[in-house]
Amino acid sequence: MSEAIAINATEEQVARAHLAHHFDTPQQQFDAGTLGMWMFLATEMLLFSGLFCAYAVFRATHPEVFRYAGQYLDPVSGLINALILLTSGLTMALAVRFAQTGKRFALSLCLALTMLGGVAFLAIHAKEYFDNGQAKLLWGTHYAPTVGPNGKPIAPVVGLVPLVVKPKPVASAGWQQLNALGKTGFVVSHSDIMPAPTGPSGVATSQKPAAPENPFQPANVQIFFGIYFLMTGLHSLHVIIGIIVIGWLLIRSFRGEFGPGYNAPVVYVGMYWGVVDMVWMFLFPLLYLIH
Amino acid sequence: MTALAGNNYGDTPVVPAKPDNYLTHGKTIRSWLLTLDHKRIGIMYLVVGLLAFFIGGMLAEVIRTQLLVPQGLIFHGTGSVASSYAAYRYYNQVFTLHGIIMVFLVLIPIIPGALGNFALPLLLGAKDVAFPKLNLISFYLYVVGALLAILSTVLGAVDTGWTFYTPFSIQTESYVVVMVLGIFLVGFSSIFTGINFMVTIHKLRPPGMSWFRMPLFLWSIYATSLIQVAATPVVGITFVLLMMERVMGIGIFNPALGGNPVLFQEFFWFYSHPAVYIMILPAMGIVSEIIPVFSRKHIFGYEFIALSSLAIALIGFLVWGHHIFVNGQSAELDAVFSFLTFVVAVPSAIKVWNWLATMYKGAIVLKTPMLYALSFIVLFTIGGLTGVVLGALSEDVVLHDTYFVVGHFHYVMMGGTLIGFIAGLHYWWPKMFGRMYNERIAQITCVVMFIGINLTFFPQLMVGADGMPRRYASYLPMYQPYMIASTIGAYIQLVAFLTMAGYLMHSLFYGKKAPVNPWGGGSLEWETSSPPPHDNFETTPSVGDPYDYSDLVFDAAVNGYVHIEKPEESLVPVTAPH
Repeated sequence: MSEAIAINATEEQVARAHLAHHFDTPQQQFDAGTLGMWMFLATEMLLFSGLFCAYAVFRATHPEVFRYAGQYLDPVSGLINALILLTSGLTMALAVRFAQTGKRFALSLCLALTMLGGVAFLAIHAKEYFDNGQAKLLWGTHYAPTVGPNGKPIAPVVGLVPLVVKPKPVASAGWQQLNALGKTGFVVSHSDIMPAPTGPSGVATSQKPAAPENPFQPANVQIFFGIYFLMTGLHSLHVIIGIIVIGWLLIRSFRGEFGPGYNAPVVYVGMYWGVVDMVWMFLFPLLYLIH
Repeated sequence: MTALAGNNYGDTPVVPAKPDNYLTHGKTIRSWLLTLDHKRIGIMYLVVGLLAFFIGGMLAEVIRTQLLVPQGLIFHGTGSVASSYAAYRYYNQVFTLHGIIMVFLVLIPIIPGALGNFALPLLLGAKDVAFPKLNLISFYLYVVGALLAILSTVLGAVDTGWTFYTPFSIQTESYVVVMVLGIFLVGFSSIFTGINFMVTIHKLRPPGMSWFRMPLFLWSIYATSLIQVAATPVVGITFVLLMMERVMGIGIFNPALGGNPVLFQEFFWFYSHPAVYIMILPAMGIVSEIIPVFSRKHIFGYEFIALSSLAIALIGFLVWGHHIFVNGQSAELDAVFSFLTFVVAVPSAIKVWNWLATMYKGAIVLKTPMLYALSFIVLFTIGGLTGVVLGALSEDVVLHDTYFVVGHFHYVMMGGTLIGFIAGLHYWWPKMFGRMYNERIAQITCVVMFIGINLTFFPQLMVGADGMPRRYASYLPMYQPYMIASTIGAYIQLVAFLTMAGYLMHSLFYGKKAPVNPWGGGSLEWETSSPPPHDNFETTPSVGDPYDYSDLVFDAAVNGYVHIEKPEESLVPVTAPH
């Protein structure tokens, strides 16, 4: 990339001015920063990897929960967000290029577009969070939706008596799809893992699991939403940090600080934004496209 | 400002009467607190780390005093079960705090933070680490994390043990969130230090220093950093999840909400087992530096010691399951983890044999750093072999959660990491502060320390094999003789540490001036003055074999070693400034 660009004497001076005392050449400084940034991004991936691992464990042990709860999420908004982030990834990559070639107006424009993409992503995501909150599709004990993914009311649980709901033929496309997948008619097959007791003791009971209170709704759906909010929440936090850092780059770009001689911060932030994009490209199918 | 005879820098007309060094480079408190100089950051790590070590050590003495009598000497009830329960909760808090402080604030950061920061750029012949500002940020993250740990103790001390196992850590009425947030920040400090050191070793090696001409301490720091970078983020997210459990009730680890508590153990040990290699690898690096210098002989098996560090770092990632043998793991996984646990012992053994081979037919000088290095070999070998005992499946079922585990862990951590740290501290002390400590007192202290450590921890191995569980505030009377012996050992250690603090402090003010090269080391830090100048080296040093001592002879006039012209090809030019 940078070797293709001729650096004139003025830019050479700019590069020298940004050289810290313990480095010999600007190239050595840039290489050290790039390596450090890659390592930092590797630790970011490892930070997410814990959540991906939890996702894998719970999806393996509770497949019915993921199949059921995934239907609550709207794949269209997830896809729009994916396209928005991909586009912002392109503008960020262009920004890096324009910083290296010294096109300052184009650089500022691309940075602003990238920020705009991040903000649009967050706006759509906030709308989804708001809807989830309205529908009480939340984690842990906060999970209390009144309607199922098919839009029909969920039968309330009365006391400790299991309320048996006879499966009725449902016409919605989502349910037909679900039925085609499941081999046991309307009842989604549930795992043999003991349901945890509700008491604080944390010790599993020795009884066989009782029949699901609502055949349409498997037990422990709240686990999915716990993982959903953790994964998307951590990702959104990274988007917010990215927007702030790109804003800082934009201010410096207005001041004309970047050019062929000095553009390392733009390159490093570009790498970071690429990773933020990439994480969503994994989160989107894992959460929104479960069936 | 007068010209100094015999210290002629060519065209420099005037040189300061007293050569400027990093300790005197700026005198204000601000010049310390906001310094970007790796040496000063190292000294600050040393001060905070030793302070944390003092607190953790005093808590250890409280634990040992409690266990002098079967019903507990300090915390015990007034007869009723309820009063015993209330009193023993304080004991739980004390051992929890001891564990957290020692593991997260002392063992993990102190060697990379203090000695690594000070020595790494000097060993490389570099002016600083790659990212000096990040280095300072690491230090302050460490300090803030430590302050949060203290805050949580003031608010309501954590009583979960240092492992924070769920679901108890979700239910307990203590300030787990504040404590875990503190450790989370210390973890990021550790990550940034690791990134910094790895990039420094990759990018700031001087011309001529290829990977296999690096001093072995750098190899071990590199392997340590690799673990810090690759394992710490996982514990970071684990602790975030634990905080979310308590703040939001997210339910991932909480069986009451459908979560999986063993998943917490998997995540926790995926970090915390490699973390013990974060602790021990730098100590091994220090020993690898000290043994050849004080044997006046080239290191034996350089490549094997270097690569075994990396082997430990990599295999160390694959053994975490041995903490979960009896917690519901499948028999097949148990067997695999047990096998890998045996495998990870091999590179450590390779190091021990190479150290012994280095000493063989060497001219061994029993100065204090060497005495500590020898103690390390003995104590670490006991600790390592008891680790293999615990890694064997059938034995672990019996020994799990007994004092045998406590004894094993303390042999490795106290006898390994801390003794290695103390060895390094004595080795680099003259370079750090430009003063010599009292050699004879230091040697006696080392012997006392060795006796104290064995008296403390060997009875713990025996009592554990007899079946005494760990973490109990009271015990059966049959175990009392062992417990008394162990407590006496802990008091002996306390005496040794206080003596050490005394003579080291004394040396700062009244110690003899240290020569450039007091021990005859061949690596680059012994080429610069003691203490080094702000920019580390007056002139860029030339790189040679760090373990070649053939051109170093003792000069009684300066009380240190100087270079002589070698008969044939001389790699290192004569740079003795006297």
